[in-house]
Amino acid sequence: MAKTYKKPEALSDQHTHYCPGCTHGIIHRLVAEVIDELGIRGRTVGIAPVGCAVLAYNYFTFDFQEAAHGRAPAMATGIKRVRPDLIVFTYQGDGDLASIGMGEIIHAANRGEKFTTIFVNNTVYGMTGGQMAPTTLPGQRTTTSPAGRNVEDVGMPFKIAELISGLQTPAYISRQTVLKPKYIVRGKKAIKKAFQYQMEGRCFSLVEFVSTCPTNWGMTPVESIQWAEENMLPYYQLGEFKTPD
Amino acid sequence: MGKILMKGNEAIGEAAIRAGCLNYFAYPITPQSEVAEYLSRRMPEVEGVFLQGESEVAVGYMLFGAAGSGERVFTTSSSPGISLMSEALSYISSAELPAVFVNIVRGGPGLGGILPSQADYFQATKGGGHGDYRLLVMAPASVQEAVDMVMMAFPLAEKYRNPVMILGDGLIGQMMEPVEFSDHLKSEPSNKDSWATNGMDTRNSKERNLVKSLFLDAQLLEEHNLALKAKYDRMKQEEIRYEPYNIDSDYRALIVSYGTMSRVCKTAIDNMKTEGLEVAMIRPQTLFPFPINPIREAASKEGCEAVISFELSMGQMVEDVERSVQGKCPVYWHGKAGGEIPTPEEVIEKVRLFAQVSHP
Repeated sequence: MAKTYKKPEALSDQHTHYCPGCTHGIIHRLVAEVIDELGIRGRTVGIAPVGCAVLAYNYFTFDFQEAAHGRAPAMATGIKRVRPDLIVFTYQGDGDLASIGMGEIIHAANRGEKFTTIFVNNTVYGMTGGQMAPTTLPGQRTTTSPAGRNVEDVGMPFKIAELISGLQTPAYISRQTVLKPKYIVRGKKAIKKAFQYQMEGRCFSLVEFVSTCPTNWGMTPVESIQWAEENMLPYYQLGEFKTPD
Repeated sequence: MGKILMKGNEAIGEAAIRAGCLNYFAYPITPQSEVAEYLSRRMPEVEGVFLQGESEVAVGYMLFGAAGSGERVFTTSSSPGISLMSEALSYISSAELPAVFVNIVRGGPGLGGILPSQADYFQATKGGGHGDYRLLVMAPASVQEAVDMVMMAFPLAEKYRNPVMILGDGLIGQMMEPVEFSDHLKSEPSNKDSWATNGMDTRNSKERNLVKSLFLDAQLLEEHNLALKAKYDRMKQEEIRYEPYNIDSDYRALIVSYGTMSRVCKTAIDNMKTEGLEVAMIRPQTLFPFPINPIREAASKEGCEAVISFELSMGQMVEDVERSVQGKCPVYWHGKAGGEIPTPEEVIEKVRLFAQVSHP
């Protein structure tokens, strides 16, 4: 019998440390499938963030660097500038990219650095225990906003895909999710486009993923998917925000 | 190639290119912005990389990424900028990557001033960033020596897979002196395929490389730190550099001084000699590793009444001098911190005071 579905070569055999229901596993797999399909595993360098995905390098089978909190885009810039032939991507969460690393991502995008960013937005700091993030929704309870995010006090959540799309430098910017199979198919297409634009030396590319955190949201995996669909998708609308074409 | 007259900052930039480093990331800050200005013109001529980053924080990590991919890379900055790069220095040291950082030191703390200073001695030699790490620190006393040290810094960084810092003061960066450049170095990290994330295809390998600093297991982190310590201990065995001056005389006092300050001390020593007062000097060229034994031996010589640390700081290196002398001779300190440099007359006055030698 022919094998029709197998583990991508770019993905390792390790069990992940991610919680049940976490979407990192699916997004990792999509990245690995794209890297396999594009045949770039031998010249790809990934950059792991600080946060839940800090150990992402354990789950891939190509070169990886591990960043300090928020600094992955600066490291990607360093690699890509001195080795433009390598394929470089950062994998970052919302605390990492949208809070401590906002300066690095905005400037890298604005310079049009030819690398790819996979941005996983689950509205909380996962690794440190569910604290409020720059993307926490209004009224959403976290361990540092126990009464719910008060926008009078800390402002509205950042819409990163829209924010970066507002820059004048050409880029590929998309927001996707993996909450349902149909979304997964679209999400993979966006990742592939992002890497292809990089391979063509066209532009900076970023794919944001609306994601869940059942553990820190205090929900079952199924409840967390429903919550994300009902609460996140209206605020974080899916779609392609910018292309360099 | 003969001697040419060059400003220190520009000579440092040129020296890096001659050392085979064609990758430079930086953020402007006085008194070393001329390095970036020079290399923004020069790097395109040699098909090198010049990038002005958005902050010193980002620049530190641009070096981290570039060094991790196995390419020679360097940056230059001044004190407040080095504070911001110190986070990356901790990570780069832990990840064991070669990179060169030049600090053209200005007065501090805080914004301080823009005049020459040696007040970053502690930051350079004792840490600056978090965790148990060391930089190999070299301190030039002339533009020529700055050039030579930059040329040496890259092979040293690669030998130890560790950041090397050139600690120059504002005067070294700003003054013009005749310099001569040795031949181009063409070497690159010889063993980089065993550690660099340069792509598996590049090195024809099926094994991936990982650049990281996280060790969640206590025993593994302990082993990592012990390996780092062994490396720093090896630097202490193999890399101590210093210049003795008038050390064969029957000196009454021993000066320890480095960089611009040591040049003033040399003039003072020459002047005292004509007055019949012999004074010697040990000039550390490496601040880490520090020339502990040479200083102790020189301080132990019969007839030496005082060891004096002259610094452009409020007394930082003097702690290492005390550590070196180990009570074998009284240790004194004299320094300035506002940006003015003590004159030879001021040095002579302090030597006479501390060594209890009356004026002729």
